[in-house]
Amino acid sequence: MGAQIRVYRQKIASTSSMKKIFKAMELIATSRIGKARDRARAASPYAEAITRAVSAVASQHGVEHVLTDSVPEPKRAAVLIMTSDRGLAGAYSTNVLKHSESLVRRLTEAGVEVRPYLYGRKAQAFYDFRSREYDQVWTGKTDAPEFETARDIGSTLVDRFVQPTAEGGVDELYLVYTQFKSMVTQEPVAHRLLPLAVTEAEEGAEAEPMPLYEFEPSPEKVLDALLPKYIESRIFAAMLEASASELAARQKAMKSAADNADELIRKYTLLRNNARQAEITQELTELIAGADALASS
Amino acid sequence: MATLDVQVVASDHAVWSGEAKSIRGRTVDGDMGILPGHTPVLALLAEGELVIEPVEGPSVTAHVAGGFFSVDSDKVTIVADDADLTSEA
Repeated sequence: MGAQIRVYRQKIASTSSMKKIFKAMELIATSRIGKARDRARAASPYAEAITRAVSAVASQHGVEHVLTDSVPEPKRAAVLIMTSDRGLAGAYSTNVLKHSESLVRRLTEAGVEVRPYLYGRKAQAFYDFRSREYDQVWTGKTDAPEFETARDIGSTLVDRFVQPTAEGGVDELYLVYTQFKSMVTQEPVAHRLLPLAVTEAEEGAEAEPMPLYEFEPSPEKVLDALLPKYIESRIFAAMLEASASELAARQKAMKSAADNADELIRKYTLLRNNARQAEITQELTELIAGADALASS
Repeated sequence: MATLDVQVVASDHAVWSGEAKSIRGRTVDGDMGILPGHTPVLALLAEGELVIEPVEGPSVTAHVAGGFFSVDSDKVTIVADDADLTSEA
């Protein structure tokens, strides 16, 4: 009997301490989401300016550039998969990986060889566990991405894209990340990043024709410099959005974990009280029975 | 007098924005000055100083490490990989 009470007490104690951890992680995630969204907002003028410039060049120059040439029958595609470094974020990484798996399957069925590029330790663990090979992995700062990483990823992938297919280059580049829709909805999406299909984000919003720009030093050179930057900014934007999604997912997961812990504590408290009452009743019965036996003898 | 509507953005934040009388920057081909009424241009920036003369107050100098800028009917957007204001009003 006493043993049972002790077991319940231990369970209550450990659940409460876990609850404290969940609560703390929830608060940390909550406070970081704001920061992550601010960063995404701070980076958007850059992304907008670069998109506007790229479409300005494209609209009047009849773009012909390696990065925009699409291959009629792609042989090999790079897929960049963005997950988190740390777990305890619910199904965040699983959802991205599931989404990437279906993209990989679709590409493989179309006869395209897939070269995975991974971002985040969870993706790396997923591929390592299944002993699948991948070309490169970036880990470390998925909840607070830095532009340097985006630049590194961008240049690696653009280099790979520019390489001829026969020498191991890729024909297409896909990006799988989680879109931050709202605090409660985050959705994994897959985009084709290369070859570029340059379109202005909001068509019709600015219907006025692009001015006739002069290019310094020349349209080709400007495009050469702009397009890789455009890719970098797209990747960075995706990283920032993924980090906001990661934090939102973590906050949600930790909130429900803390709620579950609360429920468990309530359940165990009830059971502990039951056990204690049963023990008291038992002792009383024994005492009374003993007294009765003494009195009647 | 017409003024330039200037925006300076770096990869992860906006650096400076406001009205200016003139801008001087270093492109890959050499220094270039922009005054109101300049023809639309898209130019690549080289690493160097960017000097903005605001309508009011002393000039603003920023160090940029590559990027580009576009001028379009007195709207100037300077997109720099990295930009640090070295002196500000």
